[in-house]
Amino acid sequence: MLDKMIIGRYVPANSLLHRMDPRAKLLLVFLFVCVVFLANNFVSYGLLAVFTILLISVSKIPLRYLYNGLKPIFFLIVFTFLLHILFTKEGELLFEYGWFAIYKGGLIQGLFISIRFTLLILVTSLLTLTTTPISITDGMEELLGPLKKWKMPVHELALMMSIALRFIPTLMEETEKIMKAQTARGVDFSSGPIKERVKSIVPLLVPLFVSSFKRAEELATAMESRGYRGGEGRTKYRQLNWKTSDSLLMVSLGLLTVMLVLLRS
Amino acid sequence: MRKKLVSLSNIIFKYEGQSRNALDDVSFDIHQGEWLAIVGHNGSGKSTLAKLLNGLQFANSGTITINDQRLTEESVWDVRRKIGMVFQNPDNQFVGTTVQDDVAFGLENAGVSQQVMVERVHGALNKVKMNAFLNQEPHHLSGGQKQRVAIAGVIALQPDIIILDEATSMLDPRGREEVLETVRELKQENEITVISITHDLEEAAKADRMIVMNQGRLYREGTPQDIFELEEELIALGLDIPFSVKLTKELQKNGVHVVDGHLTEEELVKDLCELHSMM
Repeated sequence: MLDKMIIGRYVPANSLLHRMDPRAKLLLVFLFVCVVFLANNFVSYGLLAVFTILLISVSKIPLRYLYNGLKPIFFLIVFTFLLHILFTKEGELLFEYGWFAIYKGGLIQGLFISIRFTLLILVTSLLTLTTTPISITDGMEELLGPLKKWKMPVHELALMMSIALRFIPTLMEETEKIMKAQTARGVDFSSGPIKERVKSIVPLLVPLFVSSFKRAEELATAMESRGYRGGEGRTKYRQLNWKTSDSLLMVSLGLLTVMLVLLRS
Repeated sequence: MRKKLVSLSNIIFKYEGQSRNALDDVSFDIHQGEWLAIVGHNGSGKSTLAKLLNGLQFANSGTITINDQRLTEESVWDVRRKIGMVFQNPDNQFVGTTVQDDVAFGLENAGVSQQVMVERVHGALNKVKMNAFLNQEPHHLSGGQKQRVAIAGVIALQPDIIILDEATSMLDPRGREEVLETVRELKQENEITVISITHDLEEAAKADRMIVMNQGRLYREGTPQDIFELEEELIALGLDIPFSVKLTKELQKNGVHVVDGHLTEEELVKDLCELHSMM
């Protein structure tokens, strides 16, 4: 059960991308998402594709993991592609049969959008595949740090995230335990019509909620007794260090942007 | 007489919305370097006592002094740095995502610098023999291991006192022994005072001193030897006496000359063997 969860998304390996500062990776993904929209012809899309392929090869992530990331949105890609073909009526007419007509502009537009989608998903999955959730949290906290000036509870949000991550396996175990206990009392989770199955979740959720609240309270007491009183005056055990390779990656993204601006038509 | 480290005087405490006082005029002292066991039936006020000592609750009246510092809402954060607490449920006190993050949590709160933190985290994990599990996630650890990590988190802050609030009650016998052995070693090495709140009378038997709580009052105070002499009275309070003490009494009743004062099974076994070889 645990393997299927989001936490299982991280693929441990020792690649350049794995060792990079999570802040650099987060920035990279964020900027890449913006930069993708600069491309508007074959050359610029080609350039983006090359950049993505380079990133993938550096990450040493087996391709099947990336494919798994793409699978759920495959339908969306095909769907938008078809929409463009059907409704964008620009350029040369390529094919016509009754009301059905394909124009060159539509074909190209559909292709571009599909490529854009694919690249976006690939790059964002690279982030989660090469970075542990806790490093992502640390990176976020650091990057959003300046927002503290405007009273954004950045530290609290990061702590909430990390506690949530820490308790996922614990709650999964508990769910399994409650499920077994309820099955022993005659609740049927796996068969019957949908309506019945949804109903059978109630005896699972109620005990889970009750015990989660109890856990939360005990955790709060334990944290308080260990001297937790908010982010002020707190030091951090996990240190992020920005290396030359991180700067280089940022520079390469900068170069990519410049080239895209030059190449776009 | 050793130095008084903690002293409670005339503590009265009532939970909101309850008619009976959870603690009713409780006074006692705790001395430096001792192992004090607080026993009592459910609802006797023993866990409330622990909460008061750590400033998680404040008494309605009476004073608590720790190391010549009065425990008030202002001094509570200083006091918490001197008193480490290990709770009952191993899962619900594990804050970090990995073992080392959890041990570091208290240090982070105290604002210790990163270099010192790394040193102390490793030191503390060495002491509880969990240094091989630095990057392990909590759900891969046994209950006993989690409690040892919790102890590491406490000693990393170099406290004077450790409170074990039924810290072994959710563990299997092996985990329990692991945890108690760890605390015993730490106490020897670092002169730490241990306050152990427990149901387990075998555990209490190894303490230097015992306090029996009943219905929010301090019922009896003394060495385990003295306390277990009470026998019938303890049973009337819903407590039991250790097996070895029971067996000794039964043997004496049946005319076997065993001397009193065996609090642990090992001692009794040794004595019985000696007796046997003399016959």
